[in-house]
Amino acid sequence: MRLEAKPMPSLAQSLAYPLGAVAVTLVIVSALVVAAGASPFSVFQLVLVGAAGTPFAALETLTRATPLIFTGLAVAVAFRAKLWNIGAEAQLYVGAVVTVVLGTGALPLPAPILIPVLIVASMIGGGLMLLGPAFLKVRLGVDEVVTTLLLNFVVLLFVSMLLEGVLKDPMALGWPRSASVIAEARLPRVVTGLRLHYGFVLAVVAAIAVWFVMKKTTLGYEMRAVGHNAEAARFAGIPVNRVLLKTAMISGGLAALAGFSEVSGTARNLTLELSPGYGYTGIVVAMLAMLNPLGVVAAAIFVAGIFVGADAMSRTAGVPSYIANVMVATALLTMVTAIMLSRFRIRWR
Amino acid sequence: MEALEILFTASFWVAAIRIASPLIFATMGELICERAGVLNLGIEGIMTAGAFAGWFTVYSGGDLWTGVAVAALAGAMFGALHATLTVPLGLSQHVVGIGITLLATSLTYFVYRLVLPEVTSPPRIEPFRPFAVPYLSDIPLIGPALFNQTPLTYLAFITVGLVAWVLYRTPLGLAVRAAGENPAAVEAQGMSVTAIRMGAVMVGSALMAVGGAFLTMSAFSSFFFEMVNGRGWVCIALVVFGSWRPGKALLGAILFAAFDAYQIRLQQVAEGIPYQLFLMMPYVLSILALIVMSRRASYPKALMVPYQKGER
Amino acid sequence: MPETVLNLSSITKRFGALVANDAINLRLAKGEVVALLGENGAGKTTLMNILFGHYVADEGSIEAFGQPLPPGDPKAALQAGIGMVHQHFTLADNMSVLENIVLGTQSKWSWRLDRAAAVARIRKLSSDFGLAIDPLAPVSSLAVGERQRVEILKALYRDARILILDEPTAVLTPQETEALFATLRKLVAEGLSIIFISHKLNEVMAVSERVLVLRGGWLVGERRTAETTRQELAALMVGQDVKMPEPRPASPGEPLLVFENVSTGQRSGGSRLQNLSFELRAGAITGLAGVSGNGQGAIAALIAGVERPASGRIIVSGREIGDWSPRAALSAGIARIPEDRHAVGSIADMSVAENVVAERYREKPFSRRGVMDWAKAHEFASRLIADYDVKCPSPDTRIRLLSGGNMQKLILGRALDPDPIVILANQPTRGLDVGAVAYVHGKLLEARDRGAAVLLISEDLDEVLALSDTVIVAYQGQISMPSKRGERSVAELGELMAGHGIGEAA
Repeated sequence: MRLEAKPMPSLAQSLAYPLGAVAVTLVIVSALVVAAGASPFSVFQLVLVGAAGTPFAALETLTRATPLIFTGLAVAVAFRAKLWNIGAEAQLYVGAVVTVVLGTGALPLPAPILIPVLIVASMIGGGLMLLGPAFLKVRLGVDEVVTTLLLNFVVLLFVSMLLEGVLKDPMALGWPRSASVIAEARLPRVVTGLRLHYGFVLAVVAAIAVWFVMKKTTLGYEMRAVGHNAEAARFAGIPVNRVLLKTAMISGGLAALAGFSEVSGTARNLTLELSPGYGYTGIVVAMLAMLNPLGVVAAAIFVAGIFVGADAMSRTAGVPSYIANVMVATALLTMVTAIMLSRFRIRWR
Repeated sequence: MEALEILFTASFWVAAIRIASPLIFATMGELICERAGVLNLGIEGIMTAGAFAGWFTVYSGGDLWTGVAVAALAGAMFGALHATLTVPLGLSQHVVGIGITLLATSLTYFVYRLVLPEVTSPPRIEPFRPFAVPYLSDIPLIGPALFNQTPLTYLAFITVGLVAWVLYRTPLGLAVRAAGENPAAVEAQGMSVTAIRMGAVMVGSALMAVGGAFLTMSAFSSFFFEMVNGRGWVCIALVVFGSWRPGKALLGAILFAAFDAYQIRLQQVAEGIPYQLFLMMPYVLSILALIVMSRRASYPKALMVPYQKGER
Repeated sequence: MPETVLNLSSITKRFGALVANDAINLRLAKGEVVALLGENGAGKTTLMNILFGHYVADEGSIEAFGQPLPPGDPKAALQAGIGMVHQHFTLADNMSVLENIVLGTQSKWSWRLDRAAAVARIRKLSSDFGLAIDPLAPVSSLAVGERQRVEILKALYRDARILILDEPTAVLTPQETEALFATLRKLVAEGLSIIFISHKLNEVMAVSERVLVLRGGWLVGERRTAETTRQELAALMVGQDVKMPEPRPASPGEPLLVFENVSTGQRSGGSRLQNLSFELRAGAITGLAGVSGNGQGAIAALIAGVERPASGRIIVSGREIGDWSPRAALSAGIARIPEDRHAVGSIADMSVAENVVAERYREKPFSRRGVMDWAKAHEFASRLIADYDVKCPSPDTRIRLLSGGNMQKLILGRALDPDPIVILANQPTRGLDVGAVAYVHGKLLEARDRGAAVLLISEDLDEVLALSDTVIVAYQGQISMPSKRGERSVAELGELMAGHGIGEAA
């Protein structure tokens, strides 16, 4: 068999393939649900109701989508330039650490100043976190996939060390937990009494900003050119290494915002349970969105809905909630296959 | 001074070889894949799946070697999926690899929760027992380390010899090395690049899974979440460190494991230093190894380059 | 009539809308050399790839030694005694000559490789046919000519009775080409049959007994070599009467680009430059001839700004450029046409508009304060499409979907539009059909007449001779003294390409 490039797909075609991917994912997951002794229809219904059946559930889904939008954007930006950032998890925690360090009283500022300061500071922290691997890549050719993956473990251990050391809340009675951030460092709730906070709005604004940068600016053009063909980009005079380092700062910064918004918006303090793998799930979100920044918002809400819905479903239907992780991972693989099939035709002879 | 004495205890070297064993299997697995031209980032998830598959087989009444076989089979299946997506379809090996890791891990956890919904403390199995080779195990220091281990450790060392022999001394190994260097050379000699690469990824993934199974069937005797804990990623660094050669990679795995065993012991004598710093060391060491080798590494030229029939 | 060893009947192959081969018949007799002549894109390589099983024909059948050959199976072709020497060598650099030759010849499931017998057999074959090679040498240490010998040995080792050579002389000096022809004559004397693919008329006349001419996928003529002329074959091959531009005499002006004692560091693939000095003058085309890998790559990379000299100076219009980079080269007024238009000259998955602004996206009007003006980029792309006669549906088309010739015209347009003072043209016509070649040559001559200094790097000696006002020859990182148009004969240039007279004199 061989693959042949197809001409530009029509809008219908470019929608048909992703939808096909979703359908295949549902079939595979249904098989697992049946294996678990439950009916796929009732399970999917429970997931749907759990994710969006009530205003409360829907807002919970949006809350859970917030960090995923940030990590999804981080991955989308990096992958566009073929900088394989698998370290969003580490960058997220760096953002959270910066927020806690500066937000627990070290800077006695009013909220309208403190919050922007925290945003900028955590972005710089997360950016620097990815700058290291990016620098090793451009200078020494060290594969950034492995270094960013390994740094996830290093950073988590480092956070653990901080939480048992300098950042430990003396009031926490032995729990490895930081003190809570001061009131001025907290993102306000969108609806009083519910968990959804302005971090979600910030995430949507970030998505629009990233879209603008990628589509309309010289930097976005450079990033896309480097990602498609670094050698041709270098030949044409695009400073490839500098572009990759800039990409690293942006991508790491976006991932760090997930940490900032989780601490400042929901958790208030830092623990090792802050992220149940948002950094890794961000990869799935970005791929489901086909690396489109606006698509990331939709994909993040979709993925968050699956997780929130599956939690609710597993309590009543008895299917392990890990079905959500399986579904998300399956969706990643079916989606990349669908993207390929939408651009290439398979010829068997 | 205590810190240096550790190096001269037999228990230290026994632990080092034990810690090295799963890494040896998985590193050989990754090495085979990469020699054929495919980066397999599914390794972390495949090791998790292998750890569970082997353990569960024994837990539900199978014997230990059946457990190893089932683990290998599970690995080969995930390898087949990886290979189908990356070899004939030519999808990004980075993305597919991460996807396989996510899928294998979550599927394992799902099945674990499905078959053991209620347990809070993970049940144990009777693992492989150390087998002392007569006479040889009496050699001071290295005797117990090399000749009083479980059969799976011996199998790990045999695997290295076998992989080296196949790669450098057989027609099949020639084809695998050529597929990772210049696939057109393989096709021009009448062989299928697709078949060789897919086969290599499946066999390599099976070895990764056996490496995972070592954790539950030889080291810890039960399965718990996140037990692979980055070992797969370390193995990818070890392949680079070993310049894609089985012997050097083995040396790297042992060095690495010795360091790991050393830091565990050092934690007990070094007071006042946070234990996390010691736990970080293996990962930091892997990154340093990548940096040191970056100048010298001569990686397979067609690594991560998809191949289409008739393409030159 | 001698025995027929190979018979291709009405082979048809389509790629999408393109018909690469249209009902082609080919018969090969024992001990015969048949030349397959045609331009790039005429369908020669496709036909041979079908024969060898890399592709499957949509229609038609193949018989080898009276037996039908199963389609799409290189293994079956090899077993039937067909050997192919590909234009781009299919050797694994990390292995020895021996390992490359025995690859795939021994049972895959055998527990050990039989080396001793293989070494003996390779030694015998290489002495029998004058293909000197050390079986234990690593392939990475071999020169191009030696690699070709390994390729031929690969086929002979498998007892090939039919040998296909795809453009075998493209990488050889004239003298090496003679040696290859001598080997081929020995093979034919042993009863082998040979298909010789080429687009060079004089080689076809020298080596073959029968010529098949392909054009646009059609078999347009078949002649006995003894009964035809170069003129007749040329007419068949090209079809219509393409007017090759006739250069007017040049009037060289001041030097616009000067290399002064330039050296490079050690490079992978290709020679490093040692103390190289030359100049490109305004209003003249300088041709750089030589077998590939003799330093042309390094010279091109230096002029393009992709590489920096380790020592020595590069001077553009009298000014030494300190911080050398692609951007510095562009702003100094150097236009670059890269050797590989697919991998280096264009970004396949970006649109035509995005590709044509790649060298100028930071300037007005294409961007302002970091924000792109895509409407202006579109206008520019549309203008280039019209001015350079590019067949392309719209500026939004992904450049991957264009043909080689159209892609090259766009790259040419991108490079020449800002009226450069120096033009680097590295293999600008490789793989193009004759119409596109004439177009590219015309544009280069136009630029020259406008006063630009042009460096034409080409492995095709005919192209260098046709266009250049001055010729220099590269050999192992050094260059010959320049010669004026017509000053040196082809044979003298061939001597230089083989290294005789370079180095000692310089």
